[in-house]
Amino acid sequence: MGLSTTLTVNGVSSTIALDDPRITLLDLLRERLHLTGTKKGCDRGQCGACTIIVDGRRVNSCLALAISHDGADILTIEGVAHGNRLHPVQEAFIAHDGLQCGFCTPGQIMSAIGLMQEGQAGDDPERIREGMSGNLCRCGAYQGITEAVLEAQKILDAASRKEVA
Amino acid sequence: MKTFDYVRPATVREAVAAASAPGAAYLAAGTNLMDLMKGNIVGPSRLVDISHVPDLDQIEDLPNGGVRIGALVRNADLAHDRNFARRFPAIAEALLSGASAQLRNAATVGGNLLQRTRCAYFYDVASACNKREPGSGCDARGGDNRLHAIVGWSESCIATHPSDFCIPLVALDAVVEVEGAAGRREVPLEMFHRLPGNAPDRESALGPGEMIVAVRLPAEAAHFAAHARYLKVRERTSYAFAVVSAAAALRMDGDTIREARLALGGVALKPWRVRDAERILAGARAGAPAFRRAAETALAEAKPSGDNGYKIELARRIVSRALALAAAGTPERVPALPASPFATASGDAFHA
Repeated sequence: MGLSTTLTVNGVSSTIALDDPRITLLDLLRERLHLTGTKKGCDRGQCGACTIIVDGRRVNSCLALAISHDGADILTIEGVAHGNRLHPVQEAFIAHDGLQCGFCTPGQIMSAIGLMQEGQAGDDPERIREGMSGNLCRCGAYQGITEAVLEAQKILDAASRKEVA
Repeated sequence: MKTFDYVRPATVREAVAAASAPGAAYLAAGTNLMDLMKGNIVGPSRLVDISHVPDLDQIEDLPNGGVRIGALVRNADLAHDRNFARRFPAIAEALLSGASAQLRNAATVGGNLLQRTRCAYFYDVASACNKREPGSGCDARGGDNRLHAIVGWSESCIATHPSDFCIPLVALDAVVEVEGAAGRREVPLEMFHRLPGNAPDRESALGPGEMIVAVRLPAEAAHFAAHARYLKVRERTSYAFAVVSAAAALRMDGDTIREARLALGGVALKPWRVRDAERILAGARAGAPAFRRAAETALAEAKPSGDNGYKIELARRIVSRALALAAAGTPERVPALPASPFATASGDAFHA
């Protein structure tokens, strides 16, 4: 059977032939589309390094079969900046030392963007920590990560207030 | 991972036909199945992907006052559905205490019921496990079994069912709608999961090819909304399975408990409803003495299956505390740390 999946990745739509039904979205992004920003940490849904946004929701790409996600709209770390202008969450991670080695960072940033879109945490650090608990950081940059998400939330709130006004 | 045929049915009927073949398995989000397949714990020869079957992702209010939750409703969508969370707050709290935000965004209602145990010996293909390989033995017996079952276990298997969602569901008389080749039938959730006995590989009431299409709650389940909580002890604050958990729901008249619902998680191979304890609470004055009596009754049959005797007293205390929290009243919003013993009613944390 000739398997294929049609995906929109960072705004670009393409149909990709799959030679094996076992390919996950993570492996497809990294090995076929050469978008290696999304990291393979545990490959078992435990660490969050592979977090991407699928149809507006943050998920673990290591547990998602590519063949099952035919028609999906995907956002990866490569798609969040506007040209040379970083996404406010990226800027906040730099400003608040939200990383050390950086391996978990793309997953942390995609998860933070997803968290803010979900709108459940607001400016409560405890809700942010809880909402980010699916992303492990073995360097232990959690304090900086929480501060970065708080800061990014503040910036985006101010921007949306300006838009309304 | 063993390779498989991939089938994408368009209807429930097609799905059931495709999944009735030996070696077939249903795929929804795959958050548990992919993990098990990657570890070669299971190796289905055919995956029947039901994630594109329409109409299984609805939350419907029923004319009789109950609610019907489609099998493909995502955990996060159910927990954040305002109407649902207002009527069934302990279920929303249990859902939000489970897994991570990423997993809750993907994982489905049907998949939650059918998730496999997290027993490390089930996951380790080099270990003996009667559930994974019938007749091979149980290395959890005499192994690292601090987290294993304290009720309903057998010499064949001492694993636990890991679901949080199922605990308030079983307390609130949830019913599972199942479809198979012979048509549709209903199974009370309390009868859905099987205790291990001498056949721990047989886990649920599902026959070959049968699939869960929905979970239903009766109208009475919403009568507990003002006094319903879920409480869960974990080995870390968030993103961990329950060591022990409890769902407590009360119908109160002043200080008097009119009706109580109580179920435990992390203690058995199924969500563990404790009706004897519920009967003790009915008509009692809410307070520590009644809660402790209920807790003693709830764990009366418990016995350690290994180095886990501590879980019995822990479970009693979690039951007492879940009842006290329920009696105090459901908070306006699920606390910042859902179901956490470290959270106060206001959502503030005790720890830094």
